[in-house]
Amino acid sequence: MADRRNFLKLVAVGGSAVFASGLKINAIAADAKSGAAYEDFYFVQLSDTHWGYSGPANPDASNTLKKAVATVNALENPPDFIVFTGDLTHTTDDPKERRRRLSEFREIAAGLKVKNVRFMPGEHDASLDWGAAYKEQFGETFYTFDHKGVHFIALDNVSDPGASIGEAQLAWLKGNLAKLPKNAPIVVLTHRPLFDLAAKWDWATRDGDKAIEILMPYPNVTVFYGHIHQENHHMTGHIAHHSAKSLIFPLPAPGSQEKRTPLPWDPATPNRGLGFREVEAEPVKAEYQIQEFPVTKA
Amino acid sequence: MWISRRTWMVNAFACIALPALGAIGESVSAKMAKAAKPAKVVKLVAQKFKYTPNEFEVKVGQPVVLEFTSVDFIHGFNIPDLKMRADLLPGTITKVHLTIEKPGVYDFLCDNFCGSGHEEMSGRIVARR
Repeated sequence: MADRRNFLKLVAVGGSAVFASGLKINAIAADAKSGAAYEDFYFVQLSDTHWGYSGPANPDASNTLKKAVATVNALENPPDFIVFTGDLTHTTDDPKERRRRLSEFREIAAGLKVKNVRFMPGEHDASLDWGAAYKEQFGETFYTFDHKGVHFIALDNVSDPGASIGEAQLAWLKGNLAKLPKNAPIVVLTHRPLFDLAAKWDWATRDGDKAIEILMPYPNVTVFYGHIHQENHHMTGHIAHHSAKSLIFPLPAPGSQEKRTPLPWDPATPNRGLGFREVEAEPVKAEYQIQEFPVTKA
Repeated sequence: MWISRRTWMVNAFACIALPALGAIGESVSAKMAKAAKPAKVVKLVAQKFKYTPNEFEVKVGQPVVLEFTSVDFIHGFNIPDLKMRADLLPGTITKVHLTIEKPGVYDFLCDNFCGSGHEEMSGRIVARR
């Protein structure tokens, strides 16, 4: 695992970071217009842990999340916060079992040394009961928070089994954005892609176009999401969308085959295609530098 | 929850009705233009986590009525390439009218998350001249 210094070195030699912004650790920059000082920071995104999954796509499923937690805990410089972008658990028709899995997941996540942890549901957690069990243990399914000058918005596009955000939440989004300066740095967190990435695999949000339309007048919006179990980087106008790897099994490239079946587990390279990411934020420029990490330290 | 179950059900009905009405309009036009070709009826069952049948053929230009019976869930039926979808409510037959104008393979899928195995619930229509 790269420590903080090595991370910056990797970026410098062309690691898989997608945006380079010439950051300095803990640099304090001043917004030219407002004069407000914003500190650079980084957060960790974990996604699609599918706790409770059992199957050939990951024979080590009962350990993968725990290993990732250990790896995050071993980072030399702890992130400011950690976000899980949905599918915390693998779905089950049994409401008791759903609650048991959510509870177990929460206990494992409690092992993270960083205590500022944000959760979001995926369709596996929430779609069969409209988020009821999830909300019992994790609270609201959509919310905002601010961190060092960046406005974060967690959107719920999974509690509705039809993958709609819904008119009420869209109105809430519009109202929330209206309180911000137009040039505010905004990060949207979702589970499903807001755009039609692969409609024939249901990799979409039914009314995602409405959310994008609401976000479009704001020039500094970036979206981080999960659901597709792999990295993907896509632009809708000026809005960048970055999907994260999973911590259970990788899925094939969007639309690359008839069915979205998991890629087979390779005992020679366990955890291949799995991992988490660090996101280095530079609030003044609204730039985000992404670095991918494997499940375990090499 | 920001949207109630009842509201969702209303939306579900709207989703069925609106595409179907649009497609009925198309079918009427097609009949007038093509001397009233009879509609082919295809009966399908939607059940966790499959459609039966999950593959069938239609003739290009022929009006088709898909008659769905959903057994255990408000499954979805979505043909992305035709931008057509419907919700399939248990206890009723949901009719989807369509006329495919170009030969090819049209994938369809359940787009209402219905449980473990939802990702497998898909099929295809083969349209031939």
